[in-house]
Amino acid sequence: MYDAWKILVGLAIFLGLFTFAFWMNAGKAAPIPEPKIDTPEIKKMAEAERKCVEDKHFMRTTHMQLLNHLRDQALREGNREYINQEGKKYHISLQNTCMKCHSNKKDFCDKCHNYAGVSPYCWDCHIAPIEQPKGNEL
Amino acid sequence: MSMDRREFIKIAGLSTLFGLGGKGAFELLRPGVLDAAEHGHGAHTQEKPQKPEIRWGMVIDVEKCSEPGVVDKCIKACHSTHNIPDFGNSKNQVKWLWQDDYEHTFAGNENAYMDDHVKELPFLCLCNHCDEPPCVRVCPTKATFRRPDGVVAMDYHRCIGCRFCMAACPYGSRSFNWFDPRDALNEKEYNMEFPTRMRGVVEKCNFCVERLAKNQMPACVEAAPQALFFGDLANPDSNVRQILRKRSSMRRKLELGTKPSVFYLV
Repeated sequence: MYDAWKILVGLAIFLGLFTFAFWMNAGKAAPIPEPKIDTPEIKKMAEAERKCVEDKHFMRTTHMQLLNHLRDQALREGNREYINQEGKKYHISLQNTCMKCHSNKKDFCDKCHNYAGVSPYCWDCHIAPIEQPKGNEL
Repeated sequence: MSMDRREFIKIAGLSTLFGLGGKGAFELLRPGVLDAAEHGHGAHTQEKPQKPEIRWGMVIDVEKCSEPGVVDKCIKACHSTHNIPDFGNSKNQVKWLWQDDYEHTFAGNENAYMDDHVKELPFLCLCNHCDEPPCVRVCPTKATFRRPDGVVAMDYHRCIGCRFCMAACPYGSRSFNWFDPRDALNEKEYNMEFPTRMRGVVEKCNFCVERLAKNQMPACVEAAPQALFFGDLANPDSNVRQILRKRSSMRRKLELGTKPSVFYLV
């Protein structure tokens, strides 16, 4: 083989660059996100009533479908009332119902969305609650 | 596979026969199915209830609007409620509720002998929430649609910004967001209960459906209850019907057959 050492060095550099992303991030697995539910509005609720419109597991896995469904129900059918599994009624509104409790978008929504690499376009139009920077809480 | 002339003519003849007879066969076996597929596509053939339970409409007393400050108050109420940006130029203007003069509001209806006073009155313009909305007919994604209560609503989630509706609306009631509206809004003055829009969608007056859902009057009507009246046109005893019975009214561009539901008292 002619110029063997040149080829081998070239190959080594190529492989090094090609696998850069792997060995650069080796051993640095992103921690599993833990969305926070410690907003003042949620803390106000009694321990027994402290739950979302549906149970935790359902919301965790299906909130996107539920939000899509409720959006169509409110906007297109004009029915802005949601009755959950337990028969409790809620006013359908992302800004006025969902985000009233979950007023911590950065520590709630964004936590998992960033981890999963999804960027829903809700906030292009809907206004996220104003969040105090950390350390400035009253 | 080879085919002689005789074979070819046979197949061609049979295909033609089937092609010609196809529609006839459809009509014989499933009458009306093809027609429905052809005409049912457009949103304008949506089934309308024979007698709507509610049909929202607005009456604008133009004389009362000419009192100082009334028009500005209405426009300000609307704009602050719905987070409407002000870019400071008419090219990028986003219009929900705006003021115009007689000549432009009722184009074609002016005459040389009219009272100058009428010509100078401030006419409040907004989406007319037509019974036969041309914008709904042309929308390719059904982002704009007519609710059973007569409100022509927008679903910004579906709007692709093609602006067909803007071309179709004869009242100029629709505006395109050339820029992110948040660039021209003051963050501190947001109405946190209502969203903004995003760049690339068309927007317009929504008759305050979000307020109607809470049994509130539209923001402009609340700001000037002496000049604007809002109510159910389907109910003969409603406030708007009583006013319309007593006083003569005008509607914009009736000749186009859009059946607007905003009435002007002059």
